[in-house]
Amino acid sequence: MKFKGRVWVFGDEINTDLIFPHSAFRVSPEEQVKLVFSDNRPGWSSLVQKGDILIAGKNFGTGSSRPGAVLLKRLGLACLVADSINGLFYRNSISYGFPALQCPGVSTMFEEGDIAEVDLLEGTVTNLRTGETRQGNKLSQSMADILEAGGIEELLIKEGYMD
Amino acid sequence: MGMTMSEKILARHAGVPAAKAGDILTCQVDVAACHDMFFTVAGQIDFERVNRIADPDKCVILLDHAVPAPTAKDAHGAVKARAFVEKHGIKNFFDVGEHGVIHQLLVEKGFAAPGKLIAAGDSHTCAAGAMNAAARGFGPAEMVYVWCKGETWYQVSPTILYRLHGRFASQAVTGKDLFLYIAGVYGDATNMNVEFGGEGVGNMTISQRQSVATMCAEINAEFAIFPCDDVLREFLKERGDQEINAVDPDPDADYHDVRDIDLGKLTPYVALPHYIPNNCRPVKEVEGTEVHQVLLGSCSNGRLEDIALAASIVKGKRVAKGVRFIVTPASQKVYLEALKAGYLETLAESGAVITNATCGACYGGHMGLLGPGERCLSTTTRNFKGRMGDADSEVMLCSPATAAASALTGKITDPREFLGG
Repeated sequence: MKFKGRVWVFGDEINTDLIFPHSAFRVSPEEQVKLVFSDNRPGWSSLVQKGDILIAGKNFGTGSSRPGAVLLKRLGLACLVADSINGLFYRNSISYGFPALQCPGVSTMFEEGDIAEVDLLEGTVTNLRTGETRQGNKLSQSMADILEAGGIEELLIKEGYMD
Repeated sequence: MGMTMSEKILARHAGVPAAKAGDILTCQVDVAACHDMFFTVAGQIDFERVNRIADPDKCVILLDHAVPAPTAKDAHGAVKARAFVEKHGIKNFFDVGEHGVIHQLLVEKGFAAPGKLIAAGDSHTCAAGAMNAAARGFGPAEMVYVWCKGETWYQVSPTILYRLHGRFASQAVTGKDLFLYIAGVYGDATNMNVEFGGEGVGNMTISQRQSVATMCAEINAEFAIFPCDDVLREFLKERGDQEINAVDPDPDADYHDVRDIDLGKLTPYVALPHYIPNNCRPVKEVEGTEVHQVLLGSCSNGRLEDIALAASIVKGKRVAKGVRFIVTPASQKVYLEALKAGYLETLAESGAVITNATCGACYGGHMGLLGPGERCLSTTTRNFKGRMGDADSEVMLCSPATAAASALTGKITDPREFLGG
């Protein structure tokens, strides 16, 4: 549960409708990922590379139950670290196997393009350029188990609830 | 140390004597409901592969977001929903004709009741807290988990108590204004529960409480719970509830914060565009702002009381030229009652467009989307950028009274000019 990657920095109140816009409701999963942040940062989705890390301000994922986390995961992002994360978005992150960490103050630590090192079990984030480290919430073991399994769908298949 | 309402309901459903903030509990869920978007939107979870459900009688499935289907994709989603219901023997299915916005329907059909632990695939599920229930939204994957296993995990959150005092100064000030005031002054309640108490609660109608509880999703609250008082008991009696498992907070419950609000001092409020916490203002401060569309509806404010209030304001008057006034009842039942009471006639005579009961334009689905440069004043739940259409449109949120008054003038207008107070 450790990640190292190039960061993208977003601000406060990044809501689910920006992450997973309504225009993505009636298209294929392959098309859906292209629409992430199409209203607030057009073209961004094509710049993301596998292993990149998303850094954001407060209330990331505020809004709907639509699983924005799964689009961020499919885009190739390794994880999300935000000052605070909406509770429903956080649950979706765990459910879809997309690691997320709440770490107050993280949004002030990075400039876009910096390299971050994230340790989910320890709850720490480090900026490798500045050397600054902050302590966020440690991931609980039960959440780690769901993430390790790859999310809820994988768990349900393993337990025989889904074919 | 005593327990809050949230803690008591979680403890009961986990089979443990007590719960406190920070605990992670596995709880049995009483009701697990999903709407059409679960079936329509691709890539969320492969629900057709589900082979067994713990208790089909605890499942509720309904169509609300896109009814009647505005696109073939939406129609296909409904086809899949009907097949799922058939396959798993789910009898609580509400198709077009007996439909309503999920949070309104859970109340009308009696699923939302005191002491219940409710899961639904929609962020505004906390709305059921008006019924003294602990209810929260889940994503599609977790809804399948709850259906399959009958349980899921809950992290017990700290609770903020709002103690309400007095009563609203006039009909022109409503539950929506109370919420917008709370969100504007105190900001978000991320990772916290919100509970309400104080003698002022007794001066609020159930419809007003539903509006407040629904909107608590917008301050990122986990649960939003009202107490079970005489007003709620009367409502439940009329609904036909046989028994009431009310949950009261302990007098020595441990709160993260206690905040007192005098309802009598509140004035009409609006939320400015794009986000709600710390972004709401008294109507007086933005009066005169031009609007192109006014929308009355949604799980927040599409109930009979909201429609009646709007009708009383527009009666005998005309909607301003250049303004589209759209009224979307929250359920088929509300639609029928508003029709019988003559409210829909009054609204249509004023120039309003009455739509079928649906989530409709609130989530940018259908029937009232916005073009570039347009501004909508709406009683719905969200004002996110692009929420109701073009990325360059704006949504501002308000009460049904402010909406109706503003539809008449074409500008944001204090409804007290029409209702007194």
